[in-house]
Amino acid sequence: MLRDRTAIVGIGQTRFAKHLEESEKALACRAVLAALDDAGIEPHEVDALASYTMEETDEVELAKAIGAGDVTFFSRIGFGGGGSCATVAHLAMAVATGQAGVGVAWRSRKRGSGRRPWTNTVQQLPTPAQWTRPFGLLRPADEIGMLARRYMHEFGATRDHLFNVALACRNRANQNPDAIMYERPLTREMYMDARWISEPLCLYDNCLETDGALACVVVSAERARDCRHRPVYVHSAAQGLPAQHHGMVNYWNDDPLTGPAWTAARQLWKTADFGPEDVDVAQIYDAFTPLIPLSLEGYGFCGRGEGAAFTEGGALELGGRLPINTGGGGLSEGYVHGFNLINEGVKQLRGASTAQVPDAATCLVTAGEGVPTSALLLRG
Amino acid sequence: MDTMTAEGLLLPWPDDDGEPFWEHARRGELRIQACADCGRLRFPPRPCCPQCGSFDDEWRLMSGRGRLWSYVVAHPPLLPAYAELAPYPVALVELEEDPRIRLVGTLTNSVRRPGAPWNAVPPGRLRIGAPVQAVFQVLTPEVTVVRWALCSG
Repeated sequence: MLRDRTAIVGIGQTRFAKHLEESEKALACRAVLAALDDAGIEPHEVDALASYTMEETDEVELAKAIGAGDVTFFSRIGFGGGGSCATVAHLAMAVATGQAGVGVAWRSRKRGSGRRPWTNTVQQLPTPAQWTRPFGLLRPADEIGMLARRYMHEFGATRDHLFNVALACRNRANQNPDAIMYERPLTREMYMDARWISEPLCLYDNCLETDGALACVVVSAERARDCRHRPVYVHSAAQGLPAQHHGMVNYWNDDPLTGPAWTAARQLWKTADFGPEDVDVAQIYDAFTPLIPLSLEGYGFCGRGEGAAFTEGGALELGGRLPINTGGGGLSEGYVHGFNLINEGVKQLRGASTAQVPDAATCLVTAGEGVPTSALLLRG
Repeated sequence: MDTMTAEGLLLPWPDDDGEPFWEHARRGELRIQACADCGRLRFPPRPCCPQCGSFDDEWRLMSGRGRLWSYVVAHPPLLPAYAELAPYPVALVELEEDPRIRLVGTLTNSVRRPGAPWNAVPPGRLRIGAPVQAVFQVLTPEVTVVRWALCSG
């Protein structure tokens, strides 16, 4: 069992912006060095690396630039934002099994100033895109919009429920000076009048397009006690690729609305000492607002079809039943493939968030839902 | 093979498993891969049956009847050729023979108009569960695509 045998002891990030001048590689190095400095660990002690398959700065480039030592474990996780939590999970496994001692996970992305991935038509055409792209279903927003419309139809979810999600994230961003939307409040009127992207999803149902990088440092629980900050333990971790799952176009099984969250959740709770009712705060992957109700169901905070109703009455706000995305999330802090959700989870359990949940001791962090995913339960 | 129409719309780029689907579509037939041993339909096509493991397959003729399972209406930002057509609805249709087999496609307002513009059906007319019928639009000498005609009444 992984249970509390490893801990996150350092977090680092660059500024978030629509456009940053530096290269993705330089941003990656800055985030990693900041995380190591936060931990009080020298770069030459790093012997494990983990990132996303979509990360452009590879292990060789990163290790030689930051001055890492001999690296004995390195791992990449696929499926875009679905891999975020798995980077920490793989490092935790490597450290817990003695493959390495100091692990660094990172993600650097110039998604704000770079090209939108879906505009690369050559890369997008082979399977399964042969079944979707020729018909104008071009973007992740279209693919998730299709599931969102069905979800609204089956369970009576409305745009107001999706607004509840967008608003909670925006309100937390308004408390976070590092968030892109720090000084930009959102109103219901703005949301309802916003331009469509892919009906039923409007502009505010979509995450930001951000340049930025983040990193964190994983060591054994023993070593964690000697680091600068209070350790944040990796209590349990899971990946999730459900039977007969098809990626973001998960249209070809019995129930497309029961996504990878359900698979990851079963494993996550099976190896944890506590359950959903004991989670103080959650960082839930929010590339699109409908992923929140779907994830709330998958991770067991409510029953199937109840995720939209769960958002009512300020449940996702500070002081609500389950405060989420307390840095602003992908919707309003910055979209860096979900890595900012990991670091925000650590801040909460250190008691250092800009939107601190009083006495937060447990935090769920999730990765991209709708694609093969991963999740972490963190404990303070 | 071309990857785009003259207007700049993406053409399907079949993989080995998908090629038979597009061959049948060229002949005006909607056929779905099925296991030749246990008979189970599967989509998207793949080398072997996830139910029984058999590598023997057959391509079974479908009626072309289905129902709207869901739809979106796409607005810009889109690739330039698509932005010109926007807003346009895109449907996800469950087949009568097996509701787990759902095909993405654009809509037309009549079985007699396979080449109708993408926005021929006003989004306000769309309802989940509405019956639709497959029609075949010849895009290029090599590529025919399946579209869905909204059945009246």
